[in-house]
Amino acid sequence: MQNIAVELANITKAFGENTVLRGIDLELHAGQVTVLMGANGAGKSTLVKVLCGVHSANGGTIKLYGQAFSPTTPSEAIRAGVVTVHQSINDGVIPDLDVASNLMLDHLARPGSGFFLNKKKNFAEARKIAAAMALDVDVTQLVSELGLADRQLVAIARAMAHEPKLLILDEPTSSLSAVEAKRLFVLLDRLRASGVAILYISHRMSDIRRIADRIVSMRDGKISGVFEDAPLDYEGAVKAMLGHSMTNANIQIPQAGVTVMQLKNIVLREGAVPFSLDLHANEVVAITGLVGSGKTDLADILFGLSNPCAGEMILKGEAYAPRSQGKAIEAGVFLCPKDRASNAVIPDFDITKNITVPFVAQHSKFSFINFRSERKAAQRTISDLGIICQSDADDIASLSGGNQQKVMVGRWLAEDSDLLVLDEPFQGVDIKARRDIGEKIRNTALGRATAVMVSEMDEALEIADRIIVMNDQTVVGDHRNENIDLKLVLTQVVGQQNKTTGSTEYAN
Amino acid sequence: MQTDTPKSVRPKRTLTEISIRYGFLALMAGLLIFFSVIAEGFASPYSAVFIFQSVAITGILALGVTATLVVDGFDLSIGSTATSALMLSAYVLVVLEMNAFVAVVACLVMGAAVGFINGILIVKFRVPDLLATLGMMFLLIGLQRIPTQGRSIATGMTLPDGRVAEGTFSKAFLSLGRYRFDFFIENLIPVSVIVLLVVGFLVWVFMELTRHGRLMYAIGSNSRAASLAGTNVNRYKILAYMISGVLASVGGILLAARLGRGDIASGNNLLLDSVAAALIGFAVLGAAKPNAFGTIIGALFIGILLQGLTMMNAPYYTQDFVKGAVLVVALVFTFALSKRGGAH
Repeated sequence: MQNIAVELANITKAFGENTVLRGIDLELHAGQVTVLMGANGAGKSTLVKVLCGVHSANGGTIKLYGQAFSPTTPSEAIRAGVVTVHQSINDGVIPDLDVASNLMLDHLARPGSGFFLNKKKNFAEARKIAAAMALDVDVTQLVSELGLADRQLVAIARAMAHEPKLLILDEPTSSLSAVEAKRLFVLLDRLRASGVAILYISHRMSDIRRIADRIVSMRDGKISGVFEDAPLDYEGAVKAMLGHSMTNANIQIPQAGVTVMQLKNIVLREGAVPFSLDLHANEVVAITGLVGSGKTDLADILFGLSNPCAGEMILKGEAYAPRSQGKAIEAGVFLCPKDRASNAVIPDFDITKNITVPFVAQHSKFSFINFRSERKAAQRTISDLGIICQSDADDIASLSGGNQQKVMVGRWLAEDSDLLVLDEPFQGVDIKARRDIGEKIRNTALGRATAVMVSEMDEALEIADRIIVMNDQTVVGDHRNENIDLKLVLTQVVGQQNKTTGSTEYAN
Repeated sequence: MQTDTPKSVRPKRTLTEISIRYGFLALMAGLLIFFSVIAEGFASPYSAVFIFQSVAITGILALGVTATLVVDGFDLSIGSTATSALMLSAYVLVVLEMNAFVAVVACLVMGAAVGFINGILIVKFRVPDLLATLGMMFLLIGLQRIPTQGRSIATGMTLPDGRVAEGTFSKAFLSLGRYRFDFFIENLIPVSVIVLLVVGFLVWVFMELTRHGRLMYAIGSNSRAASLAGTNVNRYKILAYMISGVLASVGGILLAARLGRGDIASGNNLLLDSVAAALIGFAVLGAAKPNAFGTIIGALFIGILLQGLTMMNAPYYTQDFVKGAVLVVALVFTFALSKRGGAH
């Protein structure tokens, strides 16, 4: 076989009690593109951070061409030949400097590279690098004047100036158009041919089909599947990443009630296929799909964070188009947003105040807060959801991730709603907290419609009466969670082979 | 399943926590005792009233700063809003020859308008708060000079069109700065001190006991989360700047009433002093956040220190140095020692 560039053996990493990597064994080969897939929280980014020197592993060994490799800082990793291009393009370039300075930045930062700037020499050197990468930009131009793709290519070119042995790309196409992505792939083909090992992280099936020599799926901090025989088994890889092994879902599907929310011919983004969807009372619907499939866009339009491009929403028989989140809440539509740290937690508040934030008016008379009623509500939530804390006045930051998430979900269960939307409510939560939250969502579902956006199949099977599959900003599947045909669901999640080679996935 | 019934007992405090919580108040008590022993005449009602009076206007402005700090904003224009109110009230009384009531209302409306424009610049035009209010500061400093061609306003001055200003500071207006209420001793407590205490109490009630204050703190801590919880973030931010503008103009009115003329050069120190008081307030009771009670304590702390030092014959030019030193110590209390400030 090809020679092994990087070899990871039994890598473990924990943050406090939270074990993120549970023994990763992985080989990366020179001249090969290995695609790494994994749902949110599977441990991909932690693995990348261990490789590029941001975190150091708790256990296990990494070898780079047979040499032991354990970087403690990113610059050490770069010197050793492990170069990372991060997802956010602007992390890799400095927009206010010209292309040449960007390409030469690491050279300029090196001690002993001279006090004065030799512009002419800089430009010449930079042109050499650009030419070697077939990068067709004027090196005297400011990076801020370049398009996103060119910026991305500059970032990669800058990385290549280090002559990397391993190049890590973290979702490099997430903000590129189809044409721009093509240029990136051409560049990656050249790099692959020159013998660089490439670790490519992506959720986009079309990217993966185009570039992958080999797919590695991650799940729960472990490698859950390696696929390297042509033709690559894409469905198998997605299945390994989403998993559905351990759940004995014991779902009693209730009688669906009245239609609470009717979506008619909704178009989420320009060019997406319109879809219609009814959400009924008593029913818990899981909406699943890969990252970028439109789940969050759907949650956003339901909660008035953005407007659909076309189509109408009907809430309990009346047209519904909330102009603000406040109006959505008034109408009885609640959203528990994903990514609690940036979207939900109020870090300066204690548990009680965090729970009552949206409904503090309900605990007030003439604007004055009734602290007793507020505390009572908070204590009810704490005991209902089994939040483990010393008192209702604990700082929110003193809770574990799972308990924080319970507070965030409990916030929206404290009052009755007509439609409750929960976007990734199990994100960064341990299995016990996940069960508690899921159980609570199901037990309170009577009388309201509930939509839960999840990317893991297990979570969908555990919580839903009905599973909706989204792909390419539209609904592609609708299944009753009873003797469900998982193979069909997965096929829909992955998308049709012939269709996704086109450009529809690059809707932005 | 184990479900602990939540108990309402607070966990025991460690020594560090106690010192963070009460350290600053203890320091202030120590200072009071020290000056009472060392400086003759320090421990008297007149001295106490003098301290309050010296910090009253600063304190009122600082309460406005507190309101903007709560929503994670900052208002650099308060000092110039106050001096604009000073000039406006003098202009209304002396040049336009109107009564005290009109002068006060005009100033309050101006303060609210300045705050509203600040708020709009920040939430609608997305100008960063420091820059928007810095711009407003310059604008006001310039604006207040235009009607009188850069001169101070006093009765008998010649106006740009050649007329002589006949109006006077009415008795009613001057009493805002000069009347003293009886409190055990006759003519003891000036109006400005009462205003400080009333405004301080109202801001405290608004921030701590009403849902509006609660939501403003939520915005200051995580505005995105507050917005996703249905809070109208923009409206509350504008409100905070309007509170700040109105309180600044209240300070300006009191200053005008005390001086009795539209002095173009007064009020230079107001901005820095009031910001310092609000920031020192972070350290009081270990709050580690802007709060009305702390702000008043912060203002008093500076007042006590300066009064004590003055009575010990420290020269006036050391005052700013002392204020700066107090501010740095208070910020260390807040950010280095407290768990909330340090745990980043």
